Amino acid sequence: MTLKSKARARRKLALDILNHAALLLVALAFLFPFFWMISNAVRSNAEVMAIPVRLLPEVFEWGNFAAAWTRLPFGRFFLNSAIIAICVTAITVVVSCLSGYAFARLKFRGREMLLLGYIGTLMVPPLMLIIPLFLIVNRLGLVNTFPGVILPVAFGTFGAFLMRQFFLSIPMELEEAARIDGAWRLRILVSIIVPLSMPAIGLLSLFTFMGQWSNFLWPLIVMTGADNATLPVGLTLFQTQQGTQWNYLMAGAALSMLPGIFLAIILQKLIYNSIALNAGMGGR
Amino acid sequence: MLAKHTDLNARSRPRSRRWFRGEGWTALFFLLPGLIGIFLFLVLPILASIALSFTNWQLLGTPRFVGFSNYTRLFTTDPQFWTVMRNTVFFTIEYLILNIALSLGLAVWISSLKIGQRWFRVVFFLPTFTPLIAVAIVWMLIFSSGGLLDSLMAQLSLPFSGVLNNRTLAMQAVIITSLWAGIGYNTVLFNAALDMVPATYLEAARIDGATAWDRFWKIRLPLISPTLFFGTVMTAITSLQVFDQIYVMTKGGPGSSTATLGYAIYQRGFQNFQMGYASAIAWVMFALIMALTALQFWLQRKWVHYDA
Repeated sequence: MTLKSKARARRKLALDILNHAALLLVALAFLFPFFWMISNAVRSNAEVMAIPVRLLPEVFEWGNFAAAWTRLPFGRFFLNSAIIAICVTAITVVVSCLSGYAFARLKFRGREMLLLGYIGTLMVPPLMLIIPLFLIVNRLGLVNTFPGVILPVAFGTFGAFLMRQFFLSIPMELEEAARIDGAWRLRILVSIIVPLSMPAIGLLSLFTFMGQWSNFLWPLIVMTGADNATLPVGLTLFQTQQGTQWNYLMAGAALSMLPGIFLAIILQKLIYNSIALNAGMGGR
Repeated sequence: MLAKHTDLNARSRPRSRRWFRGEGWTALFFLLPGLIGIFLFLVLPILASIALSFTNWQLLGTPRFVGFSNYTRLFTTDPQFWTVMRNTVFFTIEYLILNIALSLGLAVWISSLKIGQRWFRVVFFLPTFTPLIAVAIVWMLIFSSGGLLDSLMAQLSLPFSGVLNNRTLAMQAVIITSLWAGIGYNTVLFNAALDMVPATYLEAARIDGATAWDRFWKIRLPLISPTLFFGTVMTAITSLQVFDQIYVMTKGGPGSSTATLGYAIYQRGFQNFQMGYASAIAWVMFALIMALTALQFWLQRKWVHYDA
């Protein structure tokens, strides 16, 4: 290697390190609101409002997490959110697998038309249907009940489309032997197709679960009692007429983020792959 | 001829049997749970929403048909409506442009790294997996009077404070919050698209003497333009429905300077119980979404390349 090319390589390495370091700084700045949330969760409310603002609390009050938990029925909110998110995810996965299988493997009249209809409903903005959905739930007598908050959001058409796309990629031969042996279609779906579709099912579960864990408006409308509130709705209850309990609010918010952060970190590969799938299709 | 013959044959059979010929019954069994749910919670609400928008229903009593008067009231006499409309369009345009520019910039930056790409992706993606309410709450604390931002501004002796109480700045605070919460998804999306650009294209261009700038504008950008288009359309659709941040941070205020269509639907429907009127607003929002999506599809002919 000549001296000149060695110098060039060294300069390139320096630029590379600089590039990484600069983005690292941006990333740390980007993470600042998370730090700010924790930092304010562990001070007294007076210190949250104190001027000048301090980056770290004078006195660390770790008990705030426990206090926030007991001040409002936070355990209950957690449980409510978990029940809703898990039930919606379970229904969505089962229904999507069934429908996706019909679209991918069964021949019936009007299949293409129906599929087109399913895809068409994806264009309807959820916010638009809030009012009639509430009226339907109200008419069914399900206001302030779990079925009332779960069922209306559990039947989206996206899952059916996603599962169909995935099932199409599974070779026909794998189920043909079973069909010749006379196995029933549902049996084939459960014992052959589903085990092979775990990546797609995992992906659908993950995004459905997180969507419901974070959902705010729909539970806000349907769950009217404070005891039935979900976590995001429960958080807003720290803002009262007497003023905002900022420290508890921050502690509660930090706790509500834990499942998402946990999932985002351990499932980062799955998340990247799923988003890459979207990127690969380019919306086509 | 043969086709005509079978067609005639088919018509002579009972209708139901013809419909469920082949695997029709099996398919119905598989589709039924979904179909019931979709009819009850998607099709019926869509129809009900149209019908409701032509009534003056206030939740109690019986709905009365009022023709187009909800819509005429919206466009002519409601003093708030045009403000709400302007806020929504303003939010969407500013948010959309900044979101796409920032997430594309970050995606390109991340893809230029030799190591740690996936950890940077996780960092920018984290807020996406965080409840938007929690995000809005922490930014509200940062923007609150006497909060972190005010303190920072005082130290720099810059002349503004109490952003959330300021008619012109409150919307900017909501936009910053939304950007923090939202750019992660597009960043990962665009980063994934950039990863799929064949390295050989870039190598060939480099050998031909193209600069990094040229390689970006002439090769990478055109090749990821379908993904960029997809991201833009989806982001526009969601940002026209903005609600959570506004509910927590400003409640549409100060005045009605941050009230958007989504917030107006909630306010009219669930605070004033004007279900008919709120449904009309929902259809205006739908029209706006369709119009913006159509505009984007029309514009895509000018910049999106599918011939990769």
